[in-house]
Amino acid sequence: MEAYIRGIGNISPQHSWGNVILAEDIVSYEGNRLNCIEPDYKEYIKPIQRRRMGRILKMGVSAAGKCLRDAGVDMPDAIIMGTGLGMQGDTEKFLKAILDNDEKFLTPTSFIQSTHNTVGAHIAVMLKCNKYNFTYVNDNLSFEGALLDSMIRLSDDPSEKILLAGIDEMTDSYFCITKNAGFWKEDISDNLGLLKHAGPGSIAGEGASFFIVTGETHPDNYARFAGIDTFYKPESDKEIDDFIIAFLAKRSLSLDDIDLIITGINGDSRWDSGYFRLQDTLFNGKPLAYYKHLCGEYYTSSSFASWLAAGILKTQSCPETILLNNNEVNKPIRNILIYNYLRNTNHALILLSVC
Amino acid sequence: MTRIVVTGMGMITAIGKDTGENLESLKTRRHGVGSIKLLDTIHKDELLAAEIRFTNDELAAISGITDGERYTRTSLLGLIAASQAYESGIGKYGDTDNTRTTVVSTTTVGGMDKTEQYYRDFLESSKYSHFVYTHDCSDSTRQISDHLGIRHLNSTLSTACSSSINAILIGAKMIKHGLADRVIAGGTDALSKFTLNGFNTLMILDKGHCRPFDASRTGLNLGEGAAYIVLESEAAAKKDNKKIYCEINGYANANDAYHQTASSPDGYGPYLAMKEALDISGLKPSQIDYINAHGTGTDNNDLTEGLAIEKIFAPDIPPVSSTKPYTGHTLAAAGVIDVIFSILSIQQQLIFPNLNFSRKIEELSFEPVRELQQAEIDHVLTNSFGFGGNDSSLVLSKY
Repeated sequence: MEAYIRGIGNISPQHSWGNVILAEDIVSYEGNRLNCIEPDYKEYIKPIQRRRMGRILKMGVSAAGKCLRDAGVDMPDAIIMGTGLGMQGDTEKFLKAILDNDEKFLTPTSFIQSTHNTVGAHIAVMLKCNKYNFTYVNDNLSFEGALLDSMIRLSDDPSEKILLAGIDEMTDSYFCITKNAGFWKEDISDNLGLLKHAGPGSIAGEGASFFIVTGETHPDNYARFAGIDTFYKPESDKEIDDFIIAFLAKRSLSLDDIDLIITGINGDSRWDSGYFRLQDTLFNGKPLAYYKHLCGEYYTSSSFASWLAAGILKTQSCPETILLNNNEVNKPIRNILIYNYLRNTNHALILLSVC
Repeated sequence: MTRIVVTGMGMITAIGKDTGENLESLKTRRHGVGSIKLLDTIHKDELLAAEIRFTNDELAAISGITDGERYTRTSLLGLIAASQAYESGIGKYGDTDNTRTTVVSTTTVGGMDKTEQYYRDFLESSKYSHFVYTHDCSDSTRQISDHLGIRHLNSTLSTACSSSINAILIGAKMIKHGLADRVIAGGTDALSKFTLNGFNTLMILDKGHCRPFDASRTGLNLGEGAAYIVLESEAAAKKDNKKIYCEINGYANANDAYHQTASSPDGYGPYLAMKEALDISGLKPSQIDYINAHGTGTDNNDLTEGLAIEKIFAPDIPPVSSTKPYTGHTLAAAGVIDVIFSILSIQQQLIFPNLNFSRKIEELSFEPVRELQQAEIDHVLTNSFGFGGNDSSLVLSKY
């Protein structure tokens, strides 16, 4: 199963809009929350529509538009989204109205837009796309579910061009709720120093990473998704190691073939030890990277990591800011392994390779 | 070509806490729609719903859980239905299942029942923070995996009211592609103030009992429930001498691409879903013996679904009925509940009646089946359509 990346559209807290690779001016944020740098929506959405759309919908629709243009695709053969929280803003708006007005004087707009598949559905309406339209909502495996579905489709029909995405928004209320629940570091001065702030919690993020994936080779392809697999609540270190080795072996690879490992390290001392153990054992000697200081922690952050990896493979250059250790990144960079987990529950491996 | 078969099933709805009770209700016209007793809403006396008449404590007791207050109602319903499916198709649960059994679950509101109860507390303190973790749609999937001891791949999807048909679709593909040996596919949704008020503001709730395919229909009744089926390859099921309930013969998902909540005037998305599912099954329309319709009772759905059915099947339209008047519209669970009802149709050679019907829709040539009917049923088509123009159909065949 292979999925070549033909097009990209990416909105993140970094300058990723229209860029293949992380721009040199890395954006730093004060405090524990990173917001997307939103593009000028004018080019992609009419003003009358824009007013009625929630923030995540605007981000999704324009990132989709950018991505389709980048790939030169007018009509995708499938739209497959991954989102951990879906339409969090619209959901809260309707919920607050219910609670504030004791279930009275409600209007349907925010309810209509609260459905989890709204972004994919809206793109379908805009494109008049009658094809397969799925939305995965599976914690930190939401993008992974969408990717797996895409790869299944492409192994059935490699000619398809699939619009694949990971998208999540952070709202003020949800930030407050998750802050109270202890998700975020209280006293962090800036995101780039994430790993210097020991202790529990991470920093909040969001993003919209869109891809056109296809089974067909083409000189304009950026990179290819060469594998995706997930595992659940591992009971021992050995189980984790075995899973990673088997994942690579299934693709006729070993760790020797992996030129860079991008980990989901998020600064949370309660959970990061799993990554650091691997740095000293299975991943010993390998160049290790992390990315959540750039985009923050969110359910579909692995789609940002995938964008990052695709850019590294395409340009054959690795931004310094993501490197965790001094092990050299050998060129040519052929294979990048992304390993991300959340609270030691859902673990995911994504393999990206050069075309 | 790998054939996909159903080897287990389980469900809880307003008409019964297991498959047997549901069948008995379907046969005896015992519907589950009535006044709202458990959900705390100002609409109690004004709106009807198909509520499952068990408190969360009672649901916890049914599923053998001691700390039930920590679970959302969506999870509790899911646990009950998924455990039944596991027991009927795989065996006793509880020990770690080290096989490649996958859970593909769906829900539209996830843990909203707890979120709407504690939302203000969430904003002020950490007192009820454990329900912050149960808010998103994947919580019930993990609870099911943990309860059943499943460690392999899990997935959750949400495509509004067509969700659980889509879980079956992707579950079947996972088996075909060798990613799982068996899949527990289905969905769960509890009633919440959020959805009740949402549908109410859209003005698509019938104040009385819903009347699918009736000329005077004015809307749907919401329901709650959960259902799961066990999918396996035919080869695996045969090797283990499993009882095979039916074959999943065709499936499709298409998009209406018309409007977020309304269907296109001619039901183009529904037409595409039915047509592609039939094409994949290799069956001719004339071979379909019964259509278990989405049939929610809204003005828009029943007309457009009916037109799409006519476009494919006219002039020989097979018997059609909607079972929504029994269970209400159970959102993410609706598709898989209809699948189990369709399996029961095949097993029992029965067509379950479309309650509350009196007058045909003028634009349509057919009326739904009104009485319990004995019939030779080899192939059933079942539909599930959702917001965002998400339309899915499944063809089930006697094995």
